[in-house]
Amino acid sequence: MTTLRVVLVDDHAMFRTGVRAELERGEGVDVVAEAEDVDSAVKAITEHRPDVVLLDVHMPGGGGLEVLRRLEQLGSETTFLALSVSDAAEDVIGIIRAGARGYVTKNISGPELIDALGRVAGGDAVFSPRLAGFVLDAFAGTIEIAQVDEDLDRLTEREREVMRLIARGYAYKEVAKELFISIKTVETHVSSVLRKLQLSSRHELTRWANDRRLI
Amino acid sequence: MSGPAATTYRRASRPADRRLVGGVAAGLADHLGAPVLAIRVGFVVATWFNGAGIFAYLILWRLLPLAEPELPAGLESASRRGLRSGRGRIGAVEILQTVAIGAIGAGVLLLLQVTGRGVSGSLLLPLLVGLLGIALIWRQLDDVAWQRWMRQTSGWAFTARIAAGVVMVLVAGLFVLTQERGFTGFVDVASATGIALVGIFLILGPWISKLLGDLTAERRERVRSQERADVAAHLHDSVLQTLALLQKNADDPAAVATLARRQERDLRAWLYGDEDDHGDSLLAALRTAAVEVEEAHHVTVEVVGVGDAALDADVAALARAVREAMVNAAKHAGVGRVDVYAECDGRTAEVFVRDRGAGFDPDQVADDRLGIRGSIVGRVERHGGTVTIRSAPGEGTEVRMQLPLSASQEAPA
Repeated sequence: MTTLRVVLVDDHAMFRTGVRAELERGEGVDVVAEAEDVDSAVKAITEHRPDVVLLDVHMPGGGGLEVLRRLEQLGSETTFLALSVSDAAEDVIGIIRAGARGYVTKNISGPELIDALGRVAGGDAVFSPRLAGFVLDAFAGTIEIAQVDEDLDRLTEREREVMRLIARGYAYKEVAKELFISIKTVETHVSSVLRKLQLSSRHELTRWANDRRLI
Repeated sequence: MSGPAATTYRRASRPADRRLVGGVAAGLADHLGAPVLAIRVGFVVATWFNGAGIFAYLILWRLLPLAEPELPAGLESASRRGLRSGRGRIGAVEILQTVAIGAIGAGVLLLLQVTGRGVSGSLLLPLLVGLLGIALIWRQLDDVAWQRWMRQTSGWAFTARIAAGVVMVLVAGLFVLTQERGFTGFVDVASATGIALVGIFLILGPWISKLLGDLTAERRERVRSQERADVAAHLHDSVLQTLALLQKNADDPAAVATLARRQERDLRAWLYGDEDDHGDSLLAALRTAAVEVEEAHHVTVEVVGVGDAALDADVAALARAVREAMVNAAKHAGVGRVDVYAECDGRTAEVFVRDRGAGFDPDQVADDRLGIRGSIVGRVERHGGTVTIRSAPGEGTEVRMQLPLSASQEAPA
């Protein structure tokens, strides 16, 4: 197994230290750089080109969302995993829509975090039960989120089922067993939900307008 | 999720985060429950009649207060310190749409002009330029800045205002001095007085307005210091107590984890408001129950909710049954984590309580075991719901409870 190169972005030094210690205790993860605000994050990520960026949602300079925006303008292809204590549905969905491939809360255990990092690096999406709940809320329209609009593509029945099982606390392999499908298929469904969340027509338009400084 | 019905008088305001020009149309749309597009079209159409739309817009602009979006304490502070971004962006579609409406409106206006039924030609251009100027200045000076400018007693704004006031008073004086024409000059004198009054107001106005403003500021300051006291009290009650308890229980990891988790939950609810109870709702009840179970049994209970339902008698029974299921899982599963998922779609409420623990054979449970039979299955079925229990030794347990919601809950909260 190759070593994952990770950049840690969080404005709390103590938290960074803790996570770094936990990550380096496990095998296969190398924290190549740390950053504490948007500017230093963009610099560290462009300099080190890590496999995964562990990105805090709230931090000085505009938050994780701003980091995603700037790197996108630079044409960077980095993979992001968001982590936060905030849990405000609006911010979490916002950062997922801006391109993060998953969201975990800060009380996640070390091994779970390493596993999640590996999965996003491999191109999969990581949905915690909480995020699955937010996502279902967003698609049902029962959540008041500025960034979520009406013209989200609908989830298919299967995708909804997968989301509900994840929200119920099922791990991917348990979801697979429950629905008599392979883990790979579960991952495909989750990735497809992620894509629908990220690419609604209005979001694309907003991004288009954003890039041209129309907004 | 709407809060409880407001008993106070509902006031229209201009939402600061969603305005294109002044936020009047967006504010009216919110107030009247009409689509914002209709309101905008309304303003444009009204403008065709002697510019009534524009004047109405300007008047409302001055009269409606600007409303910053209200956020929970933690998010507000994060926004203020620039830790978050991109709140309340206006979509490109909306901008294009409004520009289009405006263009059509202007076109029709010009057409009216050509056919000779509009405002007289010599007035139109100065009027339009004037209105544009007013809109530009008001947008810059909106509310806070506007008041600050009117209240300053030093700096360039102060000098400019005083100069304007002095000039006006002088002009008025000159008017009177050069036009001693008895009664025929009455109108001139009246207008001169008017100009002088405006001038004097420009000079003295700030102090009058400052006096009034200071009263408001003082009141606001008092409210703020009370809020600060509340914050201090909250920190004392929660964080400090927890830290003390943590020190006392330092040798009991399970207790420490539970205490830390309870404190985290409490602070998060307080800062980010995502777990605050919207009055009496199913989710609020489940979260309360989860906290109680966590504390009593030293396990982690993760509650995820989609949608919510008001807590009527049936739903309350469901909540109690869920609590019982949580207790069962915490007691018998022998693992540190219980997942609870609740989903309400307006017609049914569905709750899953799941653990990855010891599990059991549901067929082997004796009939007299009250926990599952009475407190969970019986309770939910009495209220018209169904309970399914899935478990096998070593496979964990999942209790699924489903309850049809009464008709009054048709619209999801």
